[in-house]
Amino acid sequence: MKRIIAAILTVCIASLAFGGCASTPAEKPASTGTQSTAEVVSKAEGNKKLTVGFAQIGQESGWRDAETASIQFYAGQHVDTIDFKFADAQQKQENQIKAIKSFIEMGVDVIGLAPVVETGWDAVFTEAKDAGIPIVLLDRRAKVSDDLYTTFIGSDFITEGQNAADELAKLLNNKGNIVELEGTVGASAANDRKKGFDDQLAAKYPDMKVIASQTGDFTRAKGKEVMESFLKTYGNKINAVYAHNDDMMLGAIEAMKEAGMKPGKDIKTVSCDGVKGIFQAMVDGEANVTVECNPLLGPQFFETCQKLKNGETVEKWIKSQESVFRADTAAKDLPTRVY
Amino acid sequence: MEKIKKLSKYQGFWPVIVLLAILLINGIVSGGSFFEIKIVDAHLYGRLIDILRNGSKLMLLATGMTFVLATGGTDISVGSVMAISGAIACSIVDGRILPGAGQNVQVAILLALLGGMLCGAWNGFLVSKIKIQPIVATMILMVAGRGIAQLITDGKIVTVTSDSYYFINGGYILGLPFPLFIVLFVVVLVLLFTKKTAFGLFLESTGCNPVSSHFAGINVNNIKWLVYTFCGVTAAVAGLIESAGIKGADCNNAGLFMELDAILAVAIGGTSLNGGRFSVPASLAGALIIQSITTSVYAMGIAPEITAVVKAVIVICICLFQSPEFKEKMGKRFSGHQQERMAKPV
Repeated sequence: MKRIIAAILTVCIASLAFGGCASTPAEKPASTGTQSTAEVVSKAEGNKKLTVGFAQIGQESGWRDAETASIQFYAGQHVDTIDFKFADAQQKQENQIKAIKSFIEMGVDVIGLAPVVETGWDAVFTEAKDAGIPIVLLDRRAKVSDDLYTTFIGSDFITEGQNAADELAKLLNNKGNIVELEGTVGASAANDRKKGFDDQLAAKYPDMKVIASQTGDFTRAKGKEVMESFLKTYGNKINAVYAHNDDMMLGAIEAMKEAGMKPGKDIKTVSCDGVKGIFQAMVDGEANVTVECNPLLGPQFFETCQKLKNGETVEKWIKSQESVFRADTAAKDLPTRVY
Repeated sequence: MEKIKKLSKYQGFWPVIVLLAILLINGIVSGGSFFEIKIVDAHLYGRLIDILRNGSKLMLLATGMTFVLATGGTDISVGSVMAISGAIACSIVDGRILPGAGQNVQVAILLALLGGMLCGAWNGFLVSKIKIQPIVATMILMVAGRGIAQLITDGKIVTVTSDSYYFINGGYILGLPFPLFIVLFVVVLVLLFTKKTAFGLFLESTGCNPVSSHFAGINVNNIKWLVYTFCGVTAAVAGLIESAGIKGADCNNAGLFMELDAILAVAIGGTSLNGGRFSVPASLAGALIIQSITTSVYAMGIAPEITAVVKAVIVICICLFQSPEFKEKMGKRFSGHQQERMAKPV
């Protein structure tokens, strides 16, 4: 009896596993099929449209969903002028490479890519280059020689750190003690947000000091735990908190409230990203400033593509348009936030 | 001296000594401020309170894990189960799922516990009935669990606004954090069950030798099934505390790598991973040791780049300290030295 059950289960699991594998390639030909018909139509129209192929990583986080939505929304609004082909790579590099190869075959004007990993792109980028199709990297970089891609559109974490320092200086009147909640050790966002912040303090605000710094792994729970400890060590000496992302700050806000302090008033806050939660906190008067890390790259991406099609040159690194949001406008901004 | 010798026979003796030593070192390094306890907003506030409250999740996990390890098994899915329970509870309180429940906190807690129980029962089923190796059986849920949690929350961090839900982590009774009372309740229940009924004996016997236990008339499979289910429930409670602490369900990070901490806590407590003898109080001391290491790393302001290494070194020292072979060898060397000295003519 047991053997029979075991056998049935094995078959079930096996079929699940193979079914899972089979579904991915099965989807591919279907989507390329529709794309090639779309291409025929666009060629018939006289090839005046801007044709762009974009290979997205897949669904990963709220941030990436917002990026995808922004790009698709922009393309959807400009159907008359843009012929947009979208490929979802489901977190697999080979799917992205396949997508790029099919874009090359279709002869698109520009290929957009958010590389899922940094390495292994040389061959396919060379193919695109030989075909004369420029490659635009979005929000993540690829480790290839500079001549293989045309431009990179993405955030400058160092600038974000500098902006955070400027904002804190305004809140503190250029003077005070700061505790810092760092991101995951080694992550580029954490390294650069720290570097930009520290450099700016050293250069412009000699009376502002980081008295303690510890990693909170970009998570709420760790941010809270580290802040609890900071509050016990330094207590009233802390004038402000700088967190490398909003989630850690949301945790830290809880810790401050438990310690009987008023976040946003007794202790000023500046964090990065600009997620909805921190806007809610700003509306509630518990946070001061967030430095945006913008996923809404759609408009910039297509503007760049249009320039490339027109034969204009673009910069090697196009910094994404990012702004700083403060508590006084948070109530107005909150409904417009999409991530 | 006699009394100390008697005490040192208890499994929990050395873990408690280590715990006290860690706290003492912290106290000395910080110049006493480590032990400072103030009253803020009519509740106690201080590092020791932090250790107890933040350690409560690990204490609960360690309690459940002790039983699983005592049967010679292991459960590496508890971190994911925490994520699932947090996701269920927060989604209900937020009204995202089951709007019929009217964002009722009690319903949310009950269903989250039920979810944890189901996860545990699934693990127990795979281990005891299908006879899959425990580490493989529970790995299924460890991997899939976060996916299930993501499905429940639609891949987002669900933030809740409910004071009664916050109470699970942030509440105070008699000035002490509420999670501590949850731990107390669970531990008393567990101790009564294992000490006052034959269950504890059955459990040890199952872990020591399942085959002979079977022939002695113990239903080994049911005992295994039961302990995995219980482990799932403790993980669910820990998940509730975690999500109440951050006022939301963070499926990617809730309880991440906590399963390893839980196993480590039990191991530091001196329960063998091969099964057999176990002690819940010793595991609790183990859990508090791990939490106080984390807290002391923060308190001493150790640079983030080296915290992981510092923690590892402390854990290695504790494990060496616990190992009878190591103690014997060091003891020999030490007494050997003494003999040498004594042998030297004056």
